[in-house]
Amino acid sequence: MALSINELCVGCHACEPLCPNKAISPPVRRGSAVFFINPDKCTECLGDHDLPQCAEICPVEGAIVDEYGEPLNPPGSLTGIPLHLIDVAREGECRM
Amino acid sequence: MELPVIHNAAPAAAGGGGCSSGGCGSAPDALAHLPEHIRARVQDHPCYSEEAHHHFARMHVAVAPACNIQCHYCNRKYDCSNESRPGVVSELLTPEQAVRKTLAVAAAIPQMSVLGIAGPGDPLANPERTFATFRMLSEQAPDIKLCVSTNGLALPECVDELARHNIDHVTITINCVDPEIGARIYPWIFWNHRRMRGVEAARILVEQQQKGLEMLTARGILVKVNSVMIPGINDEHLKEVSKVVKAKGAFLHNVMPLIAEAEHGTYFGLTGQREPTAAELETLQEACAGDMAMMRHCRQCRADAVGMLGEDRGAEFTLDKIDALEVDYASAMVERAKVHERINAELERKRQLRAAPRFQPGLVISETPPPALRKVRMAVATKGSGLINEHFGHAHEFLVYEVGADSARFLGHRKCTPYCMGDTSCGDGESVLAGILRSLEGVEVLLASKIGFEPWGELEKAGIQPNGEHAMEAIDDALRAVYDEMAAAGKLAAAPAGARAAA
Ligand code: SF4
Ligand code: SF4
Ligand code: SF4
Repeated sequence: MALSINELCVGCHACEPLCPNKAISPPVRRGSAVFFINPDKCTECLGDHDLPQCAEICPVEGAIVDEYGEPLNPPGSLTGIPLHLIDVAREGECRM
Repeated sequence: MELPVIHNAAPAAAGGGGCSSGGCGSAPDALAHLPEHIRARVQDHPCYSEEAHHHFARMHVAVAPACNIQCHYCNRKYDCSNESRPGVVSELLTPEQAVRKTLAVAAAIPQMSVLGIAGPGDPLANPERTFATFRMLSEQAPDIKLCVSTNGLALPECVDELARHNIDHVTITINCVDPEIGARIYPWIFWNHRRMRGVEAARILVEQQQKGLEMLTARGILVKVNSVMIPGINDEHLKEVSKVVKAKGAFLHNVMPLIAEAEHGTYFGLTGQREPTAAELETLQEACAGDMAMMRHCRQCRADAVGMLGEDRGAEFTLDKIDALEVDYASAMVERAKVHERINAELERKRQLRAAPRFQPGLVISETPPPALRKVRMAVATKGSGLINEHFGHAHEFLVYEVGADSARFLGHRKCTPYCMGDTSCGDGESVLAGILRSLEGVEVLLASKIGFEPWGELEKAGIQPNGEHAMEAIDDALRAVYDEMAAAGKLAAAPAGARAAA
């Protein structure tokens, strides 16, 4: 039972200090922004908090997923941006 | 001759009943209403004093990446839009790296007097990193002023810690005092271990901001308030915000325009929320100015920029370069003290000059005042030092002044994409120029050190007189010279067609 972070993560550091189990670590590879959850340490916050802390603060929709790959914050759930506009944004995204 | 630059001062009494605002010894600037002890702290501050920020420099370091709220104008991939411009990504530093960088910059650019921590996220949502940086700097570089900006959510719990450091001022971004309005700006906050949404979330944020503001002013820490003007959402409401924050002791209220472009991927950008026009922004700033000092010259400076007004020397201070540097800060500090002293003496001299009584024939001789000359808006391209020293095509911003018969008032900055970079980086030069022209709405004269042939013609077509004759001259003198020339040519008698009525 563990959550994981995928490549949508923007590396904002918000989740890391909140984890009660110190399961989250910053990217090891230089140039990558993606944080990492150690599946052996993550308890999905059970016993510490009602809700998984990393997923509660993460600002990026879809970046944190459960063991079935289901996002805890699905598209549109955080920003309120209508789904058809999210696609427009992804296509036009500026990759710097 | 020196031209008094008047900020937000009441227009000179009609009919010349005694003294014009420039001539009677009161400090002719936005700080005039402030208590003396605050004015002393602010008057040479590069962020607050229009005059000082031509001479001093500031820098930010990015040590705080996390944020505890979401704003609809932020996409969280770039720096915090409350303090920077969207689309800017700062290099994230550890507190140790940030201190190294600050010392290196302060040694190389002795004018650097203020260090800010702003983003990429919220500094107080990253208290360990922010305060570690402040602790080290207070020890190693006591001559640098520290400042921090925040969305306010975590402010009350941080006030004690802030007061312990040598914090010069705190900036709080307050976009509303009404949670109903807040709910349209902030989709969620992280509070008590959970994400909260809607009016309830906005209510908590508003309460925390107001509480933090009160706690800071109670401890004598300077507080500036930033607001983002979002047409149709909080534009009218910001007048109320202005009143409230002033009553609680904020010393400046800075209204910034919303920047919302679809390519930034923000909620406002994608849903077509429009940005305010330059004229709308100015009208609102004017309306709020009645209540308190407004920081007209705030430039939403790029949080990662290093150097003087409008300049960026950040490329000289990248991490690998700084790692190779040996900074002897003790001797740098001596040098810095000398430079600061020189600048302060220069600023003081200018203040004295301004305060000196001046010869005003209009007041003494004539019973019937001469026909009133109308005011003219002029834009200036500058790199700093109070000079007209920037090429039109390289300017990232223009300083707009309203010049009248005996005063010039600074109205604000108009941001733009530099014309010369237009064709290579983003779109064609054509549309970039159109954008510049739009941003210069209401301006009749543009002064730059140099203006290319093509934009010259376009400026003229748009009713803006380009002027390159005053290159390297002091802004004040040049504005005065151009105004006098226009007056002599009889261009200033009638009200201009289409211009806003002068205040
Ligand atoms: S769910 Fe909880 S335990 Fe697991 S990584 Fe996130 S914060 Fe840590
Ligand atoms: S909060 Fe989300 S975006 Fe930020 S570092 Fe953690 S997983 Fe990545
Ligand atoms: S406070 Fe700053 S970083 Fe946080 S969401 Fe708002 S603009 Fe973005």
